[in-house]
Amino acid sequence: MISVNQLVAVSLVYVAFLFAIAFFAERASVRGRSGWLRSPLVYTLSLSIYCTAWTFYGAVGYAARSGMEFVTIYLGPSLVMIGWWWVLRKLVRIGRAQRATSVADLISARYGKSNLLAIVVTLMAVVGVTPYIALQLQSVTLSVSIFSDPVQSDGLSQSTATFWVAFGLAIFTVLFGTRNLNANERHDGVVIAIAVEAVVKLIALLAVGIFVVWGIAGGIGPMMDRIDSSPIGEWSMDRSRWVALTALSAAAFLALPRMFQVMVVENEDERHLQIASWAFPLYLMLMSLFVVPIAVIGLDILPAGSNPDLFVLTVPLAEGQGGLATLSFLGGFSSATSMVIVATLALSTMVSNHIVMPIWLSAQAEGAQVSGDVRNVVILARRASILMIIFFGYLYYRLSGGGAALAAIGLISFVGVAQFLPAMLGGIFWRGATRWGALAGLVVGFVVWVFCSLLPSFGPDAVLSATVFDNGIAGMGWLRPQALFGVEGIDPTVHAIVWSLTLNMVAFVCVSLVTFPQPLERLQGAQFVNVFDHSTQARGWDAAPATSEDLMVMAQRILGPTDALSLFRAEAQRQGLSGHLPEPTQGFLQTLERELAGSVGSATAHAMISQLVGGASVSVEDLMAVADESAQILEYSNRLEAKSAELSRTARQLREANEKLTALSVQKDAFLGQISHELRTPMTSIRSFSEILRDTDELEQAEKTKYASIIHGETIRLTRLLDDLLDLSVLENGQVSLNLDTGNLNDVIGQAVLSAGGDRSTRLTVRHEQAQIDRPLTTDLDRLRQVFINLITNAQKYCDAPRPELRIDVVDHGDGLHVVFHDNGTPIPSESRTLIFEKFSRINDKDGSGAGLGLAICREIMARLGGDITHEPRADGNAFIVHLPAQAALAAQ
Amino acid sequence: MTDRKTNATLFLERRSYRRRRVMDALRLLPIAGLLLWLFPVFWPNAKDGPDAPASVSMSGAVTYVFIVWGVLILSALALWWAFAHRAGEAAEPPERDP
Repeated sequence: MISVNQLVAVSLVYVAFLFAIAFFAERASVRGRSGWLRSPLVYTLSLSIYCTAWTFYGAVGYAARSGMEFVTIYLGPSLVMIGWWWVLRKLVRIGRAQRATSVADLISARYGKSNLLAIVVTLMAVVGVTPYIALQLQSVTLSVSIFSDPVQSDGLSQSTATFWVAFGLAIFTVLFGTRNLNANERHDGVVIAIAVEAVVKLIALLAVGIFVVWGIAGGIGPMMDRIDSSPIGEWSMDRSRWVALTALSAAAFLALPRMFQVMVVENEDERHLQIASWAFPLYLMLMSLFVVPIAVIGLDILPAGSNPDLFVLTVPLAEGQGGLATLSFLGGFSSATSMVIVATLALSTMVSNHIVMPIWLSAQAEGAQVSGDVRNVVILARRASILMIIFFGYLYYRLSGGGAALAAIGLISFVGVAQFLPAMLGGIFWRGATRWGALAGLVVGFVVWVFCSLLPSFGPDAVLSATVFDNGIAGMGWLRPQALFGVEGIDPTVHAIVWSLTLNMVAFVCVSLVTFPQPLERLQGAQFVNVFDHSTQARGWDAAPATSEDLMVMAQRILGPTDALSLFRAEAQRQGLSGHLPEPTQGFLQTLERELAGSVGSATAHAMISQLVGGASVSVEDLMAVADESAQILEYSNRLEAKSAELSRTARQLREANEKLTALSVQKDAFLGQISHELRTPMTSIRSFSEILRDTDELEQAEKTKYASIIHGETIRLTRLLDDLLDLSVLENGQVSLNLDTGNLNDVIGQAVLSAGGDRSTRLTVRHEQAQIDRPLTTDLDRLRQVFINLITNAQKYCDAPRPELRIDVVDHGDGLHVVFHDNGTPIPSESRTLIFEKFSRINDKDGSGAGLGLAICREIMARLGGDITHEPRADGNAFIVHLPAQAALAAQ
Repeated sequence: MTDRKTNATLFLERRSYRRRRVMDALRLLPIAGLLLWLFPVFWPNAKDGPDAPASVSMSGAVTYVFIVWGVLILSALALWWAFAHRAGEAAEPPERDP
């Protein structure tokens, strides 16, 4: 038999071990070597705070009383974890996106950062969870009493033990739970300690189970026989309880503040959740695997009247297994302590953020711009809350005397916290949920829970008189705590679950339907429900009145000088400013608010910023986003579409440019080919005739003269070609300088006719009828004359009519003057018309004397003069039309 | 106003298709588990009275509940593996961090 002193010594060593582990984990975390602290395994194990002393000791007692019913407490959470895709994925994402610090923070943030809601949730959580903490203290005390000598034990030592346990837990939580202010940062020490405790309690329960099955019963087969022949050997399940308790445990798993703490707040990586989706059900299965065998053996070998809640301890003790009993005790101790630590941490965050801080802030005259370091206040508030909650638990334990069966308090607590579920799930899946709806649901659920579950649990005539039980409040029969609305015959627990949750949901939905949410509420609703579409906050601040100095001062008091400075400096750098003060843009205010929310909760952070900034502004864009459910997605898709259209437009332009470049390259090659050809032909004859002149001795003078004049002619042709090329190149590059002058158009035409040789040297008859009309003109007259000469000589060369004739008309046109050169030759074939203005294009060149550059030069000149030259086929010939711009004609008038 | 249906492709490529079906299975698994675990409600019950058919033995009930549990855990493990495995090769559009 192990003495109590030995047990205390073992416990102290174990606690010292936990302190050491937590301490080294914190140290490793500070030094940045915390990779293994944040593994999925640790995350899964930390979830095991769901298994408290109630499940460690109580499950066996539960099984001994009601058979398989105990397992419903594990089935619900298993289903929730396996179905992580439905709810947990979204909850964790929202918790991370909004930097929620607790259930109360999440609910308040969803419903427009309402602090009233946060306070209600906090109070409900404290009322619901405090008895549960008392239960943990009781279980530890009870388990110690098993080891104590019945003769020496007295009540005083038990309550002293409870006091010291409570004290130790408070110290641990204060030390490791409030090291850093930011509740969003992981409490590495706490998490690693509860992970270790999770392993200890699993090993302890498995060890006792294995000992029972193989050590006492003698294997699986005999064990099954003993189960079937035991008092719980038949399936006798209250069907409504089976269903209701499974649903309740699933609801509580989601809504328990401590589960939210480890599942959402301490979550480091969403992928850990995916791994926990199978690993945690496995843990739960292992925890419940040997519960029935232990209960059956306990019922079998222990004297009648033994407390079945302590079979896990008493069965090994009865078999003389002191070591195993000690391990089992440590398992129960671990279950109790880890639950108390995390639950207290979660509750203290809620109490300090939502009750203490707002009161303190409003008590300060200058509001958020207080002097001094707010961090100390927050940490102090949190530590005081921890001590207060554990003290409440201890007080509850002392006052209640620790009589009720463990499982009963656990279930009552579950029903209490399950009241958060409608507001939570409604908030993340239904955009129509409003603040007043949530408040109504919570209050109604809470009242029904207190009346139907909490108060009756003390028994008749304790708080509620037996008359109330039988006849209802003030004799109203429909207000009986275990038969609301006169519906009798339901199991009291199922009755409480069904009525509280039903009325809660009805109130929540109905009030939500008839009330209208505020803009901020609607924005937050959109943020929560569509968290996977846009994880950023859409609501804006009207940043005008806030100065960066004010914000800096406030941030320093909450985040600490170093963190605040680095935050501001990073933002300033992002904005491209030197120094450490960024512009208070909307984006920055949102970032800052989120950072602050991690420390003091979203409602308080919102209140502090709005004190400095003067209220959140809701822009038209924001309202539109709310008004149209898919506005943001649509906008995004529209943006994408516009971008894609722009891209395809650019691609088309590129394609066109490429085609043009390819064509230009082809043109350039052709041009070079043409030039070399044009240059070679005269060169060849010059070479040939100069060789003849050089090598042939007896040449007649006449022949010499003839050959020399051929060479001379060819050089003249070459020079003309080179002149043309040079001219064209100058024109094309735009390097030509115009020599503006004022003159008469008809004079220019007349000079051109004369220069081209007129109608004397060739057969061509030139008719210029309006030669006497005065048409003043300001342009480069020489260049214009060049164009005209070119057109006339072309007509001289190519007009193939029997009596070639060229008529020159000047026509007034809306946008200037048209000079039409109309000949009576064969019209240019349509396939060649597009080419005549290109370089080296020669149509019908009979003698090969032209280089094909004339019209190309004409077009370039006209382009320089601001006009154009075009060709029109006429029935009886060709018409070249020179367009002269109006300003050239007007300027001269 | 953009009609989103016109922009969405009708058929997915094979890998995205597989991934979608894994997600479907993930969604259905808890429902299957719920139905399987609710099944004991239909078993004959010792509390039903003397005329009721013989109720299921406790060892059978324990075996049933734990076998369902084991199957669910293994299925969840397999689905997680498939999900995590496929996530690498056919990633969803990256979700922005706040």
